Amino acid sequence: MQYDLRLVIRYDFDRPTGAGRQLLRIQPAEMPGLQSLLACDITITPNPSERREFTDFFGTTVLEVVMAPGLKAIEIDMKSRVVRQALGQELDISPPLARLGDDVQEVMEIGPRSPHHFLSASPRIALNAEIAAFARKAVAGVETTRAAIATLGQALHAHMTFDPRATEVDTPPAVAFAMKRGVCQDFAQIMIAGLRGLGIPAAYVGGFLRTLPPPGKPRLEGADAMHAWVRAWAGAEAGWVDYDPTNACFADTDHIAIGHGRDYGDVAPVTGALRIDGGQKGSHAVDLIEYLPGKPVR
Amino acid sequence: MGESELPETDGPETDGPETDGPESDGSESDGSESDPASVAKPRSASARIVKPQPAKAGTGTQSPAKAGPSEADLAMAKAVRLEKEAALLEKMVKSYTPLHLTPDEMVGPDGKLRPLWRDFAAALAALSPEDVDRRKARAEQYLRDSGVFYRQYGGGESVERSWPLAPIPVLIAEADWEKLVPGLIQRAEVLEALMADLYGENRMVEGGHLPASLITANPDWLRPLVGIKPRTAHFLHFLAFEIGRGPDGQWWVLADRTQAPSGAGYALENRVATSRAFNELYAQGHVHRLAGFFRDFRDVLQGMRQDDSSRAAILTPGPLNETYYEHAYIARYLGITLVQGDDLVVAEDRLMVRTVSGLKPVDVLWRRLDGDYADPVELNPASRLGTPGMVSALRAGGLTLVNALGSGILETRALMAFLPKMAPRLVGKRLEIPNIATWWCGGAAERAAVCGAPKRMLLSPAFATGLPFDQENGIVRASTLTAKALAERLEAEGHALVAQEAVTLSTTPTLVDGKLAPRPMTLRVFLARTAQGWQVMPGGFARIGATPDSAAIAMQRGGSAADVWIVSPSEVPLVSMVPVATGPFRRVGPGALPSRAADNLFWLGRYIERTEAIVRLLRARNVRLAETGAGAAQILTALKPLFDSRGIDPKPGIPTGLLDALSAAIGSAGQVRDRFSPDAWSALADINKTARRMAQIVVPGDDAARSFSVLLRKLAGISGLVHENMYRFMGWRFLTMGRLHERAMGMAEILAVLADDKAAPGALDLAIELGDSVLTHRRRFTVATSRDTVIDLLALDPNNPRSIRHQIEALGDQVRQLPDAMENDVLAPLTAAMLRCQTDLATQTPETLTTAAMWTFRGQIAALSSLITEAYLR
Repeated sequence: MQYDLRLVIRYDFDRPTGAGRQLLRIQPAEMPGLQSLLACDITITPNPSERREFTDFFGTTVLEVVMAPGLKAIEIDMKSRVVRQALGQELDISPPLARLGDDVQEVMEIGPRSPHHFLSASPRIALNAEIAAFARKAVAGVETTRAAIATLGQALHAHMTFDPRATEVDTPPAVAFAMKRGVCQDFAQIMIAGLRGLGIPAAYVGGFLRTLPPPGKPRLEGADAMHAWVRAWAGAEAGWVDYDPTNACFADTDHIAIGHGRDYGDVAPVTGALRIDGGQKGSHAVDLIEYLPGKPVR
Repeated sequence: MGESELPETDGPETDGPETDGPESDGSESDGSESDPASVAKPRSASARIVKPQPAKAGTGTQSPAKAGPSEADLAMAKAVRLEKEAALLEKMVKSYTPLHLTPDEMVGPDGKLRPLWRDFAAALAALSPEDVDRRKARAEQYLRDSGVFYRQYGGGESVERSWPLAPIPVLIAEADWEKLVPGLIQRAEVLEALMADLYGENRMVEGGHLPASLITANPDWLRPLVGIKPRTAHFLHFLAFEIGRGPDGQWWVLADRTQAPSGAGYALENRVATSRAFNELYAQGHVHRLAGFFRDFRDVLQGMRQDDSSRAAILTPGPLNETYYEHAYIARYLGITLVQGDDLVVAEDRLMVRTVSGLKPVDVLWRRLDGDYADPVELNPASRLGTPGMVSALRAGGLTLVNALGSGILETRALMAFLPKMAPRLVGKRLEIPNIATWWCGGAAERAAVCGAPKRMLLSPAFATGLPFDQENGIVRASTLTAKALAERLEAEGHALVAQEAVTLSTTPTLVDGKLAPRPMTLRVFLARTAQGWQVMPGGFARIGATPDSAAIAMQRGGSAADVWIVSPSEVPLVSMVPVATGPFRRVGPGALPSRAADNLFWLGRYIERTEAIVRLLRARNVRLAETGAGAAQILTALKPLFDSRGIDPKPGIPTGLLDALSAAIGSAGQVRDRFSPDAWSALADINKTARRMAQIVVPGDDAARSFSVLLRKLAGISGLVHENMYRFMGWRFLTMGRLHERAMGMAEILAVLADDKAAPGALDLAIELGDSVLTHRRRFTVATSRDTVIDLLALDPNNPRSIRHQIEALGDQVRQLPDAMENDVLAPLTAAMLRCQTDLATQTPETLTTAAMWTFRGQIAALSSLITEAYLR
């Protein structure tokens, strides 16, 4: 499927800012066979004093901008056209969980695709005994690694309640798990903690999700969302699979990925240092619209 | 020969490591080994520290009848003295018992003194306990005077601790040292190659020589640095190794220091302090000098700059870091700017330092900060010590970091398990110096090895850095676990654990309760990459255990630090930083004062002046407390607003408000230790100490008044040091401006309050007293004190160094000399405001300068401070 994707992020500041350096991870990824980026244009208002692009360790395209001091507001406007391939009927060729460790050990490399990065605790995801116990219980008796991934995702989906007010961006997964509440970020990070507890390498994926309006209702502008899900390694042959615990499904044509990392910190859409004294307000809006030929990118 | 040849007390600046007096002519009288007295036969050096013993002749066998000593008498006297010294030495060696099965640096396995130590030990043996104490005190005095300290953490807070020097140096023979050097250099090359591999091709992991998870789970492997090649092609430039001598006398590497090794500056300070204690022995002992090493490394830092307009700097985490003293010391010693993270900014791919003259490029940065903290944007977002964009500048090749960010991973304890096997693959040779035997428990074979011989094993976290016996937490002796518990633990968390052989370290003599006793020691040695390749500092930093147990060596747990003397059989070349360091090189950039340093100096000036003003007010008050009558009471009331505006409750003998002002001064001075003379620092510390001591005992009234006079004299000492001795760098300007500004503000307030028409009788005289102008007033005005005479003398008279006019004129002189005083031929806002102030005051008369006008003018002065801050201190 082909999409027009637009993301608008806006920050308003009570007082003019000092100089700032920001890293933006908002450009959809190029993923051969799964997702391709036909066009992407990012406009920043006001114009940054410096602007350059680089690829980070895990392969995500990063836009680095330096903002001159004295801003009252910043607006970031990303427009792109993306093709997302539908997931076929996949054959489960993943090994039993007990044999996954051998597969991992045989990978003797530490490049960005190596499963080794995603087995141990990371800055935002500590390994947690309760989550690990939950995961072990959930996958008991499941035959393959891929099935274990889906089973844990479903179990978490059933266990947790989606609640945008319950957690903050810095809430540790253990806390969200104990509250049984959270948003996509919490769902994903808890699932990652569970998978790593089982010895399944698991990464955090940042991206976008198309939200289909209820039947008969018009689509609301900006109603789609930035989203997060899980990329887990199901053995040398099966490789990486994307699972969305918030929606209890494998990621499919409604999911557009930006990139992956060990946890939210590696793919946060806007990071950086900006000197501010006083408050700030942030907002963002996403539109993910199926592309109809002849209609220009807005 | 005798005492007159070489005075025991050292001259002021003659005995530093680098400014040593002339070497001795080496008038040695080496006895042959077969001579039974040879052990005691001192060189001239040791002979000199023996007190002349005129009484000896009388108590001896000689005839007392002779008028003057003959040659024979002298020879006899010498023989007697040598015999006595031999006896003393023998006694000392006998009472010094090395630990069982542990090699000792001073005494061999045969119980005999090693020849290397002969002179030193003989000299030491000949000293009375009082002499030893005096020498120890001399070294400690030096360290105190220089303000050498380190920080100790514990119980959630950190405190400054004075430096725990062990005054007896560790002696190492040059020949032994030279055998060690190639192995140390080889290790540096191995680590450089490993670093390049871990941040580059990853051949070690791909070849199966290193487990992948040891890297991917390692918090010190900084992913944003992967693939960034250093501009100079080298990752490592300055390293330290912790080494120790095992039971067989062989040296072992105990830990690698690759992140931001500390200790080299302390090694220098140890050297100065130790040479103060044993100046003759040091001067004549053929001890290799340290200066050449530092000089070469400084040249390397400067040489890595891409152009002469840029500079090298040292990055410190700041005064709260445990080794901040050393950062400031090294910066001062090498003549290199000391900066903190927020002094720096990255612009157009280059690292710049904010200075009072604007942004200036920094091309080479010697960081004393852990890599993770260097950049909050791409590395640890929680870091408040770093500089946003540092990694970006590195990616663009905009600077050289010493060492490259990410080098902390080489300190990982578990790497030691793999280094012996990797070395041949990295540099084509086996390790010359073994490292401490280490097993990473992530492998089944290793786990079996540990379970098979648990007795000698210490278990600790695989990713930990530093020495296993340095840490209190997370260390387990494998032998304290049952075989089952050990096996289970290794099985469950083996990948996160290493086992290391418990080390028995060699011992070296140290003073324990005034007597020599053997204590375990480790050595920190330093290597620098120079144009000629790696160079090893001829000496180092020894850590001496507090108890005979090898596990208690950390200074944080009561251990101490000693100098290391590499002793040559022949004279060593004298090297010095001095001619080069104080020569043209140091004059390169006096204008580039970092804004933060300028800010601290400005406030230091203000706080010192504020302290003085408070002391004057308090003295005036306490003098009057002793008096009685209505007049005195009115004066006390008149003073009240002046205390109130300074937040002082003047009732106690020494009010806490005064101590707070002093603390603020110390705080500012502490931020600029690299720019503030050690003398001025000790003077300030001395006042602080005195005031705090007084606060315990001084009572209000006459007693307090006298104490304040003492404090005033001490404060005058600081002013003298600053005025007379401080070079007129930009830093001096800001310090001076701070003082002038504060004094102008203070005097304006005093006059507005005390020279007001409604002020109490006697207030005018009080103003003159506070302005330290009693005599001048008497001389200049034959008439009675009036508001006009007081305003004229204390506000308008440019020749009175206490008048407002004097401060404003002097401030104007300074402001005009600041960078960018003019902007495109137009006065900068500060320069313009300054000029207005000067003109306004110059055109006033006592009649026009009313109380209201005085308050207005004071506001004008206050506005100058904001303009200075705006233009230079941000």
